[in-house]
Amino acid sequence: MSQTFFYCTLVLYGCATALYLGYLLHTTQGMSTWANRLVSAGFVTHALSTIHRFNTAGYLPITNMHESLSFFSLVVVGAFLLFVRKYKIAILGSFVIPLALLMIIASSTFPSAIHELNPALKSGWLWVHTTMAFVSYATFTIAFGAAVIYLIQQHFLKKKKFGALFQKLPSLDTLDDINYRSLTIGFPLLTVAIISGAIWAEKAWGTYWSWDPKETWSLITWFIYAALLHGRMTTGWRGKRAALLSIAGFLIMLFTFIGVNMWLPGLHSYK
Amino acid sequence: MNIIVVGLSHKTATVEIREKVAFSPNLIEKPLRELVSLDEIVEGVIVSTCNRVEIYATTRDIAGGIARIKRFMADYHHIPFETLESHLYSHHSEAAIRHVFRVASSLDSMVVGEPQILGQIKTSYGYAAEYKSSGIILNRFLHKAFSVAKRVRTETKIASSAVSVAFAAVELAKKILGNLSDKTVMLIGAGEMCELAAKHFLNSGARGVMVTNRTFERAERLAEEFGGEAVPFEELFQHLHRADIVLSSTGAPHVIIGPKDVVDVVKRRKFKPMFFIDIAVPRDIDPKVDDLENAYLFTVDNLQEIVQANLAQRSLEAEKAEEIVNQEIGQFFKWLSSLEVTPTIVALRNHFDEIRRAELEKTLATWKDLPPDAEKRLEALTMAMMNKLLHTPTTVLKKAGHGGRVDLYVDGLRQLFELEAAPDVGEELELEA
Repeated sequence: MSQTFFYCTLVLYGCATALYLGYLLHTTQGMSTWANRLVSAGFVTHALSTIHRFNTAGYLPITNMHESLSFFSLVVVGAFLLFVRKYKIAILGSFVIPLALLMIIASSTFPSAIHELNPALKSGWLWVHTTMAFVSYATFTIAFGAAVIYLIQQHFLKKKKFGALFQKLPSLDTLDDINYRSLTIGFPLLTVAIISGAIWAEKAWGTYWSWDPKETWSLITWFIYAALLHGRMTTGWRGKRAALLSIAGFLIMLFTFIGVNMWLPGLHSYK
Repeated sequence: MNIIVVGLSHKTATVEIREKVAFSPNLIEKPLRELVSLDEIVEGVIVSTCNRVEIYATTRDIAGGIARIKRFMADYHHIPFETLESHLYSHHSEAAIRHVFRVASSLDSMVVGEPQILGQIKTSYGYAAEYKSSGIILNRFLHKAFSVAKRVRTETKIASSAVSVAFAAVELAKKILGNLSDKTVMLIGAGEMCELAAKHFLNSGARGVMVTNRTFERAERLAEEFGGEAVPFEELFQHLHRADIVLSSTGAPHVIIGPKDVVDVVKRRKFKPMFFIDIAVPRDIDPKVDDLENAYLFTVDNLQEIVQANLAQRSLEAEKAEEIVNQEIGQFFKWLSSLEVTPTIVALRNHFDEIRRAELEKTLATWKDLPPDAEKRLEALTMAMMNKLLHTPTTVLKKAGHGGRVDLYVDGLRQLFELEAAPDVGEELELEA
């Protein structure tokens, strides 16, 4: 059941991605409308798949690569749908939904069997720590999408290329606003995730901080976003600089999330 | 009944001619009443804008109606007929319908896609409706034209892009600054284009205008006109940081604003982006300003390029619009033709029936010793004969209702049987296409 929903989601995200990418090239309003519908439908089946798995397994399904990649994809799409509702810019989907699709495809390559929960993870902290971390990752993904569009749009403006894509992309102001908004949501959540993780670590492992690779890289991610947010609030960093930093932050976050699990052995390696 | 159009537009007449034949909206009642009192004309609507003067009318006699309206326009404005006639165009039937649909959809406008014309025709129709110079056909016709125009507007992008340099500047600024409602414009120097652009910015919601000029009085005068603030030219850099949009067109022989100035100003603005438009030749703003972060500089050439691209886009969209117009013409023409058929059939039947009754009465009056049911039988017999005789022409006429030959048949029948003009056509005859 969970698997059926999972594959439905895969197909829906796949079709939506195709439409969103098509929308970049062709000026048909219908395309983005349909892409949006498909993504919304995909989000529903995705959520159902996750809930079903949660019921079957009895724990929040974010304990191995299959589960966490799928969960990441779910929260990214959820965040995307909220941002599109608020800012009415479907074109964001052309940059964010392909990422969600890649995540869920990657997820499908990992074994999906449900195992007995690792005893170390049997804790209420799992909820707080991981969901906070994932939602913050999702908002950083949105910030990344907006940052990429910002750079493209700025390139058009500086090079005086006023083509069809230029017309379709939103204003620099809107993009910068999305960037700022997602950071102000994501950063506090990341902070909570790290602090709750430390408290949980103290309870489970007896120490707040053990310089495990995941912890180190999370801290690096945190510092980058802290610097960006600080710069924005005090000296008015914005525009290109903010966009570049959000892209850097996103790449490091991605490494923290996937790379550390895959390649750097440590306390957090749940494959 | 036929629809005819007679008029002139920017395509056929210079403004000197157009203003001579224009009908003032305040005094439109008199010409409307005179128009429909003409023998050949049944209904009439007068459209008069600065780019066109047109009369839409219905008539039984196409050639006579057109000639009569041409004469009417010349006489009404006291212009020699020969002078006026060379500028007038006329259309009838399908071509007239196409013409009006195209005009209402702004496909015949000087700037294709401009939105005013539809409103102007609506107003003109409003007068005609008020003074009852338009009737069932023109009412229906113009409402159809409005709905075609609406379809064109929603289904094509004919009016969605800026086609003037000043408006292109506004669109471009929106792509950088987003909402303009909290943005301030700085006007440096005086120039028609800059002033026009400033007006567009204010209409698009910009918060305020600062004006500066080497001659402070001129700045003050312009500031007053815009309800803005005059700034002495020497104090330009003390105020520049408050401006989000800078429009410059001075006659200065060298640049006024260099990259260093902008770096300082942008820093003072906490890196909020600035939008510059330089219209001056030689340039007022150093092109290097565009290399700076959060500063965007555009020249008239850039804006012109946008306008050209948009115009090209519009002509593509215009083709789609023509397609829509073509579809709608067919539908309306069907309705118009069907309008004639039913009354003609009714008139023909009445004509036959009158003869039948008269002859029957005559026979019965002189025929003695009739069997009891003879009267009934004779009635049935004549009735059956009449129906049989009328059956074929009625069927053919109804079938022809959707083709071009219906006018021919209707006219033929009317003349051959000397039928009266069609009775008033009620709304119930309207054939929804």
